[in-house]
Amino acid sequence: MGLSPVLWQFLVHWLHASALFPAEASGIAPYVDALYFFLVAMTIFGTTFVAILLLVFSVRYRREKNPVATQIEGSTLLEATWTIIPLAIFLVTFVWGALLYFRIYDPPTNAMNIYIVGKQWMWKAEHPGGQHEINALHVPTGKPIQLTMISQDVFHSFSIPDFRIKREVIPGRYSTVWFEATQVGTYHLFCTQYCGTQHSGMIGEVTVMTPGDYKKWLEQSNSGQSLAQNGERLFASMGCNSCHNGTAAARGPSLAGVYGSKLTLTDGRQILVDDAYLRNAILNPSEHVTAGFAPIMPTYQGQISEDGLIDLVEFIKNMQSNYRVQQTLVTATSGEAAPTTPSEGTTETVKP
Amino acid sequence: MSAAIGNTIVSLPDQSTAQIPKRNYINNEHGLLSWLLTGDHKRIAILYLISITFFFFIGGAFAGLIRLELLTPQPDLVAADTYNKFFTMHGIIMVFLFLVPSVPATLGNFLIPIMLGAKDLAFPKINLLSWYLYLVGGGLTLGALVLGGVDTGWTFTTPLSTHYLNTHVITAATAIFIAGFSSIFTGLNFIVTIHRMRCPGMTWFRMPLFVWSHYAASLLMVLGTPVLAITLVLVALERLFGIGVFDPAKGGDPLLFQHLFWFYSHPAVYIMILPGMGVISEVISTFSRKRVFGYTAVAFSSVAIALFGFFVWEHHMFIMGVSNYSALVFSLLTMLVAVPSAIKIFNWAFTLQKGSITFETPMLYAFGFMGLFTIGGLTGVFLGSLGMDIHLTETYFIVAHFHFVMVGGMLMAFLAGVHFWWPKMTGRMYPESLSKLAAVTTFIGFNLTFLPQFILGYLGMPRRYHAYPPEFQVLNVLSTAGATVLGVGYMLPMLYLAWSLKYGAIAGNNPWQATGLEWQIQSPPLTENFIEIPIMDHEAYDYEWLENKTKNEVTTVG
Repeated sequence: MGLSPVLWQFLVHWLHASALFPAEASGIAPYVDALYFFLVAMTIFGTTFVAILLLVFSVRYRREKNPVATQIEGSTLLEATWTIIPLAIFLVTFVWGALLYFRIYDPPTNAMNIYIVGKQWMWKAEHPGGQHEINALHVPTGKPIQLTMISQDVFHSFSIPDFRIKREVIPGRYSTVWFEATQVGTYHLFCTQYCGTQHSGMIGEVTVMTPGDYKKWLEQSNSGQSLAQNGERLFASMGCNSCHNGTAAARGPSLAGVYGSKLTLTDGRQILVDDAYLRNAILNPSEHVTAGFAPIMPTYQGQISEDGLIDLVEFIKNMQSNYRVQQTLVTATSGEAAPTTPSEGTTETVKP
Repeated sequence: MSAAIGNTIVSLPDQSTAQIPKRNYINNEHGLLSWLLTGDHKRIAILYLISITFFFFIGGAFAGLIRLELLTPQPDLVAADTYNKFFTMHGIIMVFLFLVPSVPATLGNFLIPIMLGAKDLAFPKINLLSWYLYLVGGGLTLGALVLGGVDTGWTFTTPLSTHYLNTHVITAATAIFIAGFSSIFTGLNFIVTIHRMRCPGMTWFRMPLFVWSHYAASLLMVLGTPVLAITLVLVALERLFGIGVFDPAKGGDPLLFQHLFWFYSHPAVYIMILPGMGVISEVISTFSRKRVFGYTAVAFSSVAIALFGFFVWEHHMFIMGVSNYSALVFSLLTMLVAVPSAIKIFNWAFTLQKGSITFETPMLYAFGFMGLFTIGGLTGVFLGSLGMDIHLTETYFIVAHFHFVMVGGMLMAFLAGVHFWWPKMTGRMYPESLSKLAAVTTFIGFNLTFLPQFILGYLGMPRRYHAYPPEFQVLNVLSTAGATVLGVGYMLPMLYLAWSLKYGAIAGNNPWQATGLEWQIQSPPLTENFIEIPIMDHEAYDYEWLENKTKNEVTTVG
């Protein structure tokens, strides 16, 4: 930042107290603010410079003082000066901004994932443990959080000004953003992309808690079923397991451990399996056929809600072996409900 | 002309004997039909001036209503849907029916043939057609408004506009589609005229910079507007028949709409600002009695802006999940497009150096333009810088930024131009002290309205919000107060300019002692502009040539 940390803290506190400046509540915020101060300084300098030029020339060369103008053609040296200096400043801004951009949009590998579904006019957050919140988001301090977001209808945009992050939430594709909250407190959550009648009502509150409080909150808000467990039930009820079961005779590829791997498709493309790929492969299977398999999977477009897709993605993501899939297959064919395995005590049989 | 050195260059004919020329384009023919069926570029310019002023005040009324609603954090003046219609109508009217045609269709139409020494534009009937298309577009917009309005925002974002709104989207899209053709025809007319109809001796580098900037803007109009037209057709088809181009459920891509829309709408920003820059070049030169510093640099910077302007559209989409690497390229190009604007500002500033400067109203507006456009341009660099854009985009910061460029820049330039050429268009002067008051009022009101919005934006207040958290109220009240002052600043010119049509001092041919060809003919001009086609035997902004010419005239008469 180039500025002494003490001075920086003083400046930021003073600005925030004047209500002219948002709180710095995330790890990235001071870096964004540093660029902002640089740009504000550039603007003030540039505008003052132009104003001084106008003022000085207006006073010195006003008609009363300088009745006859001296004609000047121009000056290549001056033209070069005011081409190169602004260009240099703008290029510094470009590099600085680009570094920041990559920092804000490239999540660290150890980030905790929370899913966000936007719809007219509410935000739904889904924690991996199955906790749901509407127009609210609870996060712990000191842990990188990645948001995987999708819209069920129109474009929305997920913005937490005090964290200096924002990303468009788009129908039909996942977008991600990450942050690390640093200050305990509650902060505004806005939808910043115009999304219809209640656009200005699509707001919420982000509650940042200490890791201990967060753990308590998670326990209190437990709905009994994690996203992956919901996904498992859906996986069985949609009949996915009849092909994706990892047996030798299976008509679909085994999904155990597929997440994060490099997959070769029938058209020769190499693809990294991530959330977006899994979602697309469920909705448009014919465009994502794994090499060695026949394109027989039907599309599930319009049959699974975005919440359901998130559950499925989360299930496949966490699937390490086909053991439970095969178990389900056996019990499902024998006409019984999805079983629970004794090894995971948290699972309860809850009627859907 | 008195010999004493005063603080003005205005030299008017002796008012006791002066008369408006007996024959001129205004009284050449009489009756409403002679106006409605005219092919005269000057009459069409006047028709445009009246119609865009009408739409400006409608758009302005919506701005007033928006600011009134935002006076309090609660949604208490109107319902959410009504508010959404307000800002949509404000945007559509101001962008498509005021800013895009403002300078080109009025001042450009009036002046480009005269500045080139031509009798008219290349296609007078297409010029008239373009005005009628504008009227149809404007009429349909008003139709959409009267029938119940439209609430897509001026950006028509899909899938909101195609699947989720039940308002008059197709009517509004048709209106813009048609108004777009009016813009294409104007651009086409200018390009052909500038290429083919320059008088003998009028080489490219003797053209006034006003013509250069219109040339660059015309290229953008002709190449960019068709893309907007196609995009709106696709939106209409999607609504009517569900063709699915932008619908992810049918394999379409909603981001494609953003790409297509901004492929026009970013160059459109330059369509709006370039002609204004042309006005500033003329005004600064005239009131400092000096050739524009670095004529070729200013001319080429217009063309550079037009060229680069086509390759920066994705900077409207940095947060929309575009590839990080394409964002890099577009951010870099955005930084490059900022440079020609900086070049222009410095060239104008250095035009003043060693000049002989006076401060009539057009010059005050031009100074206002330079200050506000500098702020508008530099805050654009914030938004072009990738990491900064994430926090600032879709907030009031961006609202403040483009109002600095479009209102602080373009509207100031438009008013500078209207005051500057008013004596040429009407043969009469506007009242000087009242108009200075208006210029200063506008400047103060503007800053009071939009400076607080930069702070609001950094605080995170999203744009297009009907209600907002209470801690943002103070800045919003300031902004609304400023808008009131600004409103007064815009009402004043309308009133005194109308007054001056009858009571203004008779201007004579060349009240500003300016060098352009338009100032060497009578005011208001003849229908055919020139008695004989002039021969351009000097550079643009050649004040020595003007001085010699004036001397010779005096000796011939004496």
